[in-house]
Amino acid sequence: MAYDYAPFPYTRPPGLTQQEQRHPVVIVGAGPIGLAMAIDLAQQGIASVVLDDNNVVSVGSRAICWAKRTLEIFDRLGVGERMLAKGVTWKVGRNFHGDNQVYAFDLLPEPGHKYPAFINLQQYYVEQYLAERAQDFPDLIDIRFLNKVTYHTDHGDHVALDISTPDGTYTLEADYYLACDGAGSATRARMALPFEGQTFEEHFLIVDVEMETSPFGNHDTPERWFWFNPPFHNGQSALLHKQPDNIYRIDLQLGPDTDPKEEATEAKVTPRIKAIVGDTPFRLDWMSVYKFRCAKLDRFVHNRVIFVGDSAHVVSPFGARGGNGGIQDVDNLGWKLAAVLKGDASAPLIESYNTERVHGSAENILNSARATNFMTPKSPIEALFRDAVLSLAADHPFARKLINSGRLSQPCDLAGSSLQTPGDAPLRPGFPMIDAPLTGPDGPTWLLSQAQGAFTLMTAGTTPLPEIDKINRIGINQTADYPCFASVDGHAETRYGKDKIYLLRPDGHVCAVFDTPDTAPIIAAHDRALGAST
Amino acid sequence: MILDDKLGSHADAFYNALMDCHAGLTEAQSHALNARLVLILANEIGDLAQLEKLLATARKTGSPEFSGS
Ligand SMILES: Cc1cc2nc3c(=O)[nH]c(=O)nc-3n(C[C@H](O)[C@H](O)[C@H](O)COP(=O)(O)OP(=O)(O)OC[C@H]3O[C@@H](n4cnc5c(N)ncnc54)[C@H](O)[C@@H]3O)c2cc1C
Repeated sequence: MAYDYAPFPYTRPPGLTQQEQRHPVVIVGAGPIGLAMAIDLAQQGIASVVLDDNNVVSVGSRAICWAKRTLEIFDRLGVGERMLAKGVTWKVGRNFHGDNQVYAFDLLPEPGHKYPAFINLQQYYVEQYLAERAQDFPDLIDIRFLNKVTYHTDHGDHVALDISTPDGTYTLEADYYLACDGAGSATRARMALPFEGQTFEEHFLIVDVEMETSPFGNHDTPERWFWFNPPFHNGQSALLHKQPDNIYRIDLQLGPDTDPKEEATEAKVTPRIKAIVGDTPFRLDWMSVYKFRCAKLDRFVHNRVIFVGDSAHVVSPFGARGGNGGIQDVDNLGWKLAAVLKGDASAPLIESYNTERVHGSAENILNSARATNFMTPKSPIEALFRDAVLSLAADHPFARKLINSGRLSQPCDLAGSSLQTPGDAPLRPGFPMIDAPLTGPDGPTWLLSQAQGAFTLMTAGTTPLPEIDKINRIGINQTADYPCFASVDGHAETRYGKDKIYLLRPDGHVCAVFDTPDTAPIIAAHDRALGAST
Repeated sequence: MILDDKLGSHADAFYNALMDCHAGLTEAQSHALNARLVLILANEIGDLAQLEKLLATARKTGSPEFSGS
């Protein structure tokens, strides 16, 4: 069944009648990034106004693949389990060359994680679940649909906005303006910020079809199938994914010289799908033709205006690093902005969002661009090399490693950023935490569910953890007067070692490691992670 | 012979550098570049027995009776 786009209600904003008090945070855009941002801040007690020029969730088929790290962040935001339950879990990817499978990979063969490597879930569900979760915070999240931001000015200590609504225009003031207004960000355009990178000449047809019968050969297990030179399509590549509600995503590379309008029609698309699925009955749910680019801003923080998500960076979708990268932005910025607004840290902490996420998005762009280049050879010699890799791959492991149909989204390593205190441990400072199953007084749980959301000291050994103001504590396989859990199947000890104490950031990255429970170095590392100059 | 991975985490970076090395060349210039590259890499390997095995492996993969594996 096609998704039912129920419009969100519009209510007349108070600012139309009289000037509102200055808000701590205004979020421009209620896409996945803006909504997640509002929830993250609300969970830390920070109020925000979310303005969106539209009043429905993402129309049509956009993001479908959500990575493990994103699901772990969604878990912290209270929507992870719902997404997992609705989503299609997959972990096996197969690459074909013509009719032949050349290489298959299994993304997460390892047990002991709450979330799988990936789920597929249509962006409209992700936005719907986030919008519904936001309603749990009526006093902290004020979402205003059909409120279009038309102008903004940074006054140094606050930002002023002009907003247009069906009932006329009004103005708002905010301490911080979070530009979550997507790839075409008007905020970015108003500020004349260069958004540079690589545009790919190829067109890609993106089709969602609903089908009762699985196209995955003789089994029904959802996988990711990618073809180079598919037998059913006279083009360079094709991609097949399963989504919930028996919807399948099919991407077909169309080449640089096609008419995108004509290609996105039923008359053109139906025979292309029939070539893949044969006589199986299907319903076309969505079709569109895209050209992709990889680009980003030089800086994401411009005084009181902060860019988050697609407004800051865009990637080609191979590797699913767009929305997943944006959710990592949210995770990185949420606790920092909250700490600054609560007076626990000073404004320079926000500059570390810039450093860390410019680094993360550069990594996403590098990987997405390389995959797109591999898939779309620009010259006969590039095509020759690609075909040589594919023909060697059947026999030789080294060549399999060179096949690039998308390097799937991974959390990035923040070791280079100044918030971390360098140190050595099984999981080094800068790395995102690795989940592990635990049992506690309330039954089975997960390390990430217990640790994320606040600065936390954690150990999987016997050393008692010291009490320090504003730092939570978690003991694994010990008994103490702070929350303690038993490790299940030894995963926590294996992943973290028994003789280290970890200081974890609210966004689940390791920021320091210690051999002894001395408080002074822990306090110093905590101060450093809050941006105190070192 | 089966060729195991030695590029490790640098596989994509190497491939990218190879493509960059060819950027802007005509096809004939690219073939000439490839020929030079084969000779240079062969010299770096040095060991004749090893080189002969590699030549045979490359030849085998490209030959028509093998292309449908
Ligand atoms: C074909 C395709 C496939 C993709 N696949 C994946 C995938 O598998 N995995 C993945 O992670 N990502 C994927 N992406 C990328 C993903 O869709 C984006 O990264 C994601 O939508 C970014 O979210 P956002 O909230 O930053 O921006 P958007 O979703 O674009 O939201 C921006 C919001 O701002 C609003 N807005 C804009 N201007 C104003 C204004 N002036 N005033 C008020 N509101 C405004 C818009 O109405 C919109 O609601 C894909 C993208 C495409 C196109």
